[in-house]
Amino acid sequence: MTAAPTETMPAPARQPSEVHNPSSEVAHFDASQPLKLACQQVLAPFTIAYKTHGSLNPDKSNAILICHALTGDQHVADNNPLTQKPGWWETLVGPGKPIDTTQFFVICSNVIGGCMGSTGPASINPLTQQPYGLDFPVITIGDMVEAQRRLIDRLGIDQLFAVVGGSMGGMQVLEWASRYKDRVYAAVPIATAAWHTSQNIAFHEVGRQAVMADPDWCRGNYYAAGKTPRNGLSVARMAAHITYLSEDALQQKFGRSLQDRSEVTFSFSADFQVESYLRYQGSTFVDRFDANSYLYITRAMDYFDLRDDHGGVLANAFRGTKTRFCVVSFTSDWLYPTRESRAIVQALNAVAANVSFVEIESDKGHDAFLLYEPTFFATIRGFLNAAALKRGLPGSTEAQQ
Amino acid sequence: MTDAAIIANVPATASLRVDHDLIAEMVDPGARVLDVGCGDGELLKLLADRKGVDGRGVEIERNKVNACVAHGLSVIQGDADSDLANYPDQAFDYAILSLTIQATRHPKTVLENLLRIGRRAIVSFPNFGHWQIRTALLFGGRMPMTPNLPDSWHLSPNAHLCTIRDFADLCDLVNADVEQAVAFNMSGRRLPIKWSLSTQNLLGEKAVFLLKTR
Repeated sequence: MTAAPTETMPAPARQPSEVHNPSSEVAHFDASQPLKLACQQVLAPFTIAYKTHGSLNPDKSNAILICHALTGDQHVADNNPLTQKPGWWETLVGPGKPIDTTQFFVICSNVIGGCMGSTGPASINPLTQQPYGLDFPVITIGDMVEAQRRLIDRLGIDQLFAVVGGSMGGMQVLEWASRYKDRVYAAVPIATAAWHTSQNIAFHEVGRQAVMADPDWCRGNYYAAGKTPRNGLSVARMAAHITYLSEDALQQKFGRSLQDRSEVTFSFSADFQVESYLRYQGSTFVDRFDANSYLYITRAMDYFDLRDDHGGVLANAFRGTKTRFCVVSFTSDWLYPTRESRAIVQALNAVAANVSFVEIESDKGHDAFLLYEPTFFATIRGFLNAAALKRGLPGSTEAQQ
Repeated sequence: MTDAAIIANVPATASLRVDHDLIAEMVDPGARVLDVGCGDGELLKLLADRKGVDGRGVEIERNKVNACVAHGLSVIQGDADSDLANYPDQAFDYAILSLTIQATRHPKTVLENLLRIGRRAIVSFPNFGHWQIRTALLFGGRMPMTPNLPDSWHLSPNAHLCTIRDFADLCDLVNADVEQAVAFNMSGRRLPIKWSLSTQNLLGEKAVFLLKTR
């Protein structure tokens, strides 16, 4: 690996502290309740770390499950315990927000394979009493959903009012709606796709190779060595981050502006603001994310192909569905472009499903789903309120706006 | 009278478009309805209010789709020409195309799809056979511009304008029975149904056809 070394050079190696003792709620499933995985292995025991907001109504009909993206976590609307930053979707989720926690009971769990308290490669393998590392089984989006289903069962919720998620979260939404048609009243897959394209897989492979080329990765056993593949994971994040933006957004934000200097330095230091920005993004990421989790979760996304799972016809994934769908894409998202959402909509139309589809105009690229976009927010609020009305729920407090 | 005054004079659920009122009469209560080219969802809302239909919409303009979904309507951003093929046969009781067929690229294919998707199809369109248009072309020698068709020829989205008789011919071509055909004059009054098609074609400014595959 010949990536330029980052200028903000690393703090001592340490594991994100939320792996073993998450500050959120946890649901433990012991050895008698194994999670059967798509790879035919079982995960047992396993733990799901989750956060809830709002309160469950007496007939348990107002629960919204929010599914997080690749590097997200359960802290959707509360301060992240590692970064102390606001939750990753706190603009959308909260009292009076489009996903109104005064009306809905919001659940968000860390995916299995993650590193914020749900069982993942950094968790302790009960067989060895050491972190799993590469002994952790390869997981799929479907496995993540099965783990969530176990949590929902434990919370005593029969039918979720809605399952909402963007990017990889959207894949989980689709998987939920496909597997548990009677348990999902409304589904909101955002900026996502029903299968990973060759380009999606290609970018992920670059990220994984960057991690694995770092000598501190130690073939996945960096935990024991007291190391962490900071440079590799940082480069992976830098490359991925570019795919979350758009050319226009980058150009507008940075152009060819120089970083704290008036001329180029004829060196490989971060002359350009965009370089400095990406290095910062990379270096802050490694402080909160486990490198092996990154490998496993990107793999799960690459394996995702809901069409292939249903005999090559995506519509078969949704046949007989009564779920109300709201599919959302963003004009400048080239990672999961509108045509991917349209394929989902066409499949839903083919089974005469109840579907809304909105393409939101934005120059923010894939990241737009995490940002405040007024028309996006109005769409989510309007869709959820209409669905709540149908379901006999009160809906958002600011419904009349 | 100003627009505001007109709006103030109609009941909340009344339609500002006479063809919408007629379509609402044609549709059975509780029916499953697909409104192709649903615009801002006015007809869907009307049908939901008056007839309790299970309505869906397709609309090409993004802003209108956003407004529909934000108001709780099930609408997708799509195109009558390219997106109807995905729907299964007889998925709806009614497939409606309201003042849109003249703006499609392939009106015949669109009509065939409507008749396939819906047990019945309802199509409304501006009548290019109206006397005002005929006289405008005859005496003015230019493409007519009327309140009903306000755009100049180079700005108009209407690529396939037709007359009531043309449309009746197309229905015949695609094996559709005309169960009902109603034309409206310039003041929005329905022309007597017993009048001949030729008379309706001369005096009707727009028309609504209720169709069923033979």
